[in-house]
Amino acid sequence: MSSLEQMYQQVILDHAKVLHGKGLVEPADGHVVGESHQVNTTCGDDVTLRVEIDESDPENPVVARLSWEGQGCSISQASISVLHDLVAGESVDAGERAGEVFRELMSSRGKGLDDDSEDLLGDATAFTGVSLYPARIKCALLGWAALRDSLVTSGVLTNKEQA
Amino acid sequence: MTTTVGTSHLDHCPTYGALSARELAAVRADFPLLERTVRQGRPLVYLDSAATSQKPTAVLDAEQDFYERRNAAVHRGAHQLAEEATEAFEGARAEVARFVGADVGEIVWTSGATAAINLVAYALSNATLGRGGAVAQRFALAPGDEIVITEAEHHANIVPWQELAARTGATVTYLPVDDEGRIDTSVVDRVITERARVVAFTHASNVTGAITDVAPIVRRAREVGALTVLDACQSVPHLPVDLHELGVDFAAFSGHKMMGPTGVGVLYGRRELLEALPPVTTGGSMIEVVTMTESTYMAPPQRFEAGTQMVAQAVALGAAAQYLGELGMDAIAAHEREMAAELLKIADLPGIRVVGPTDPENRLAVVSFVVEGVHAHDVGQILDDAGIAVRVGHHCAQPLHRRFGIVSTARASAAVYTSAQDVAAFRESLAGVRTFFGVND
Repeated sequence: MSSLEQMYQQVILDHAKVLHGKGLVEPADGHVVGESHQVNTTCGDDVTLRVEIDESDPENPVVARLSWEGQGCSISQASISVLHDLVAGESVDAGERAGEVFRELMSSRGKGLDDDSEDLLGDATAFTGVSLYPARIKCALLGWAALRDSLVTSGVLTNKEQA
Repeated sequence: MTTTVGTSHLDHCPTYGALSARELAAVRADFPLLERTVRQGRPLVYLDSAATSQKPTAVLDAEQDFYERRNAAVHRGAHQLAEEATEAFEGARAEVARFVGADVGEIVWTSGATAAINLVAYALSNATLGRGGAVAQRFALAPGDEIVITEAEHHANIVPWQELAARTGATVTYLPVDDEGRIDTSVVDRVITERARVVAFTHASNVTGAITDVAPIVRRAREVGALTVLDACQSVPHLPVDLHELGVDFAAFSGHKMMGPTGVGVLYGRRELLEALPPVTTGGSMIEVVTMTESTYMAPPQRFEAGTQMVAQAVALGAAAQYLGELGMDAIAAHEREMAAELLKIADLPGIRVVGPTDPENRLAVVSFVVEGVHAHDVGQILDDAGIAVRVGHHCAQPLHRRFGIVSTARASAAVYTSAQDVAAFRESLAGVRTFFGVND
């Protein structure tokens, strides 16, 4: 497989064509909302990502819904679409953990991660090839940066967790 | 390619206009970097010269030779090395001045074109604060004054003026561009009002490649007594430029886009203006007398060159100007016009839209384009895989992209060392992009 094919895995091309979670949704009553706007300064691409947190179990808040709007290259768009599938409906902790592991993947220089981490990432493992291209890592991380920031603005992450 | 009889690229025959295949081969041999391969051994096709040019051996040697044989502090020191270093430094200034049709005292070294434009903006700011005495009061800005820019500008010719406006209470207005991206000079009389104090505009767009019709803008600016500031970054490396003939008050250009090193650029200012302008960066090397309470300043250009200068880079930039001058700017422009025509053939490919003039006349070989259905970053990635280097993004011109309803473009740009084969490889690779992403209609 050429490095180009390694980068543009079918999973990525498929997601880039049919984007999951795109289109900002009005928050439901009773949900805590967090939102973040992130820009890739290289190209001007941007994303606005909104999370709705269900805190009915205060010990285990859940990302009840995740929606987004934005424009960008196939890598950034597919990455946000995959992020949506990984995080929406899951606990905040699980979303945070996925973000951490995805950032690790992006610094792996194409080597990928251990089996447990890749199991956790699922489709997002397809972005391994992107980590070979420093200029494109920012594209893949755009949505994940917005997720982190929106969890912070929602107030669901304490300062300790952010550290 | 036309064929001329000649033994080297230096004796090209101007009547034929462009370079012969043999002359082009000789030019390419001057650029060691063009020999390298990229991405698993593919020959490099460098189509990003509008971002930065590659460097000929003559420039690399000039910088190395300076450090190996003549390095010393300039304008001081009572030893032979200092004399030789000063001679090389000032010789380069004279070379660059000749190259752009300026007097030697009108050339101020800066770290780059951005620094040059900021120097003008901050000098006007200082004049507004009363610095520079009565003679500098002609530069003072007041609330209600207007700074006119254009929609085609690079951020470096937008942001410094927005900041100057914020500091002085002046207002930024702008000349629009037409659907081909050319600055609309038919509205100069309306847009450049009696309140205009500065008109800052590009000589050639780094996005559309459109060459600006300078004369009507200068005419109108003079009529209302506004200073003209020309961004000549894209024109000086690719066209014959005579700043006196253009009649602008200030001009900025960078070294690294004209085959010189990074870290050096030029501010041109008409002598009488530089003489009246207060300094911006202050310190050593620009003063006459310093007491514990006040100082007096040297005449330009030294007044604007505080601190240790980028001497080796300036010397190498002089070598770059000499190199371009020996090739001949007419021959360079003619060759690049051919490359522009070759590049513009991409407009015939399905799903490719050129942003800028589609006629090779009055434009540079700088061609920005959109591939319908594929983001510029993805276009750049496919080309890169074939060894083809283009720029993707907003090219530091967000307002211009917004004017065309787009966020980013891919851009292919040529220089004198670009060959028709380079452009053919680019077109071939580009033709496969939409298939790769499955957006063929």
